[in-house]
Amino acid sequence: MDIVILGLPMMYYIAMVAKVLVAFVFVLLTVAYSTYAERKIIGHMQVRLGPMRTGWHGLLQPIADGVKLFFKEEIVPAQASTFAFLIAPLIALIPAFITFAVIPFGGVIEVAGYKIPLQIASYVDVASGKVYDINVGVLYILAMSSLGVYGIVLAGWASNSKYSLMGGLRASAQMISYELAAGLAIVSVFMLSGTLSMNEIVKLQSGFGGFEWYVFKQPVAFVVFFICAIAEINRTPFDLPEAETELVSGFCTEYSSMKYAMFFMAEYANMITVCALTTTLFLGGWNGPLATSIPLLGPVYFVAKVYFLIFFCMWLRATVPRYRYDQLMHIGWKVFIPLGLLNIVVTGIWNFILQ
Amino acid sequence: METLFFLIVSLVAIVSAILVVTCRNPINSALALILTFFCLATYYVMLDAPFMAAVQVMVYAGAIMVLIVFTIMLLNIRVNASKSQSHKVVLGIVIGFFTLLNTAVIVFKSRVALPNGPLTGEILKQQGHTELIGRELFTTFLLPFEVTSILLLVAIVGAVILAKKKI
Repeated sequence: MDIVILGLPMMYYIAMVAKVLVAFVFVLLTVAYSTYAERKIIGHMQVRLGPMRTGWHGLLQPIADGVKLFFKEEIVPAQASTFAFLIAPLIALIPAFITFAVIPFGGVIEVAGYKIPLQIASYVDVASGKVYDINVGVLYILAMSSLGVYGIVLAGWASNSKYSLMGGLRASAQMISYELAAGLAIVSVFMLSGTLSMNEIVKLQSGFGGFEWYVFKQPVAFVVFFICAIAEINRTPFDLPEAETELVSGFCTEYSSMKYAMFFMAEYANMITVCALTTTLFLGGWNGPLATSIPLLGPVYFVAKVYFLIFFCMWLRATVPRYRYDQLMHIGWKVFIPLGLLNIVVTGIWNFILQ
Repeated sequence: METLFFLIVSLVAIVSAILVVTCRNPINSALALILTFFCLATYYVMLDAPFMAAVQVMVYAGAIMVLIVFTIMLLNIRVNASKSQSHKVVLGIVIGFFTLLNTAVIVFKSRVALPNGPLTGEILKQQGHTELIGRELFTTFLLPFEVTSILLLVAIVGAVILAKKKI
């Protein structure tokens, strides 16, 4: 373990690669099986069975879907701008995955005498024993999610189809407006934590036996953020960019085969990221009873909370009908943004009184 | 390691910056410009300024370029069929040559680096870059900060008035 490459111990590289692989595989598997879970859950909520044919109770359905999409013919519309059309699914997919780099999914574990914090973009300084992660973790996530809009906008424009263009325009307006409200909701969390580092924010929520979560201190911010986040990733009830009934899938109308699958994956990966971010900011991240004394419990709590929020998203989809476009803009600009600002003011006054 | 990384990022930055002006399709130029901004953000990270990097991506790549892409989409500018004009090429070569000369003189003849400030990498690591920026903004640079916010408010009100036909 004493081998040093470019000033860093060998274990650093091994741990880094291992963390990236674990997180990536976790997200990919969750993406695949949340499509199955969604169909199954919504099916049961509507007193249907959902997929039953492929494997036991349809368990192999995601694999069958993947294989089917993989072998479909790839079509590029004749009048499309080819480069933008080809690159749009990638631009949608990559930000959805790389946001996971700053989300802490567990405490510090020790492998062969080397301390590894369970967060991809972080390391333990051997000399001081402190955990360093990206100083601006939350801003990094906001920045990456603001890049995700390009995928959808470009897809809509490059397809050279009216439905796609409408979907792309709707998507860009919706994502930009809700990004603001979501950002404002997060600001009130920063005002309590005093830091932008995800690791620190999780650590600050570890009191009361692992239950000092920000959702209890900032319930308004939690509700505003979660709703805005769902709107930002274009999920039902805010899935206007791909409204099937009026826009025949919107921005991805002209896409087929793997490129369509990439949009699909991006949508689910975004959902997982948003749920993980909400968990980290408001639900105490990997905190829970005994999580500090038993390090391996941390990831279990984290995954359980994320899966609960994903279930909640699916529940919403089965329950709430789609918003109309003017209603969507109305609640975004005239309800959530003022509510977020008001919450900041109240938090500021509260902080001032407590001092 | 850092030098290698710097070289790779610089290569991407330069190639994408060249693509901004050589692409015939304006959307592709805009995409290349986003990539350039992204490379600039990477430089900020390498200079121990993560907050600047995040803001660079959020504001330039995230907000301003969305506006530009939006405009290109709505105006539906397709492939730019401009004819090459020889006198413009000559002018470009002359301007480019003098800019290169200027840069070369500055880099090789004068002292580009200013004396080191009080902030070192160690202080940045201990106190955090974001915290330092916040403290400076709300103490030393409070007045410019407030003036900027008033300016932004004026811009928002102006935009609303321009967009609304009847108030």
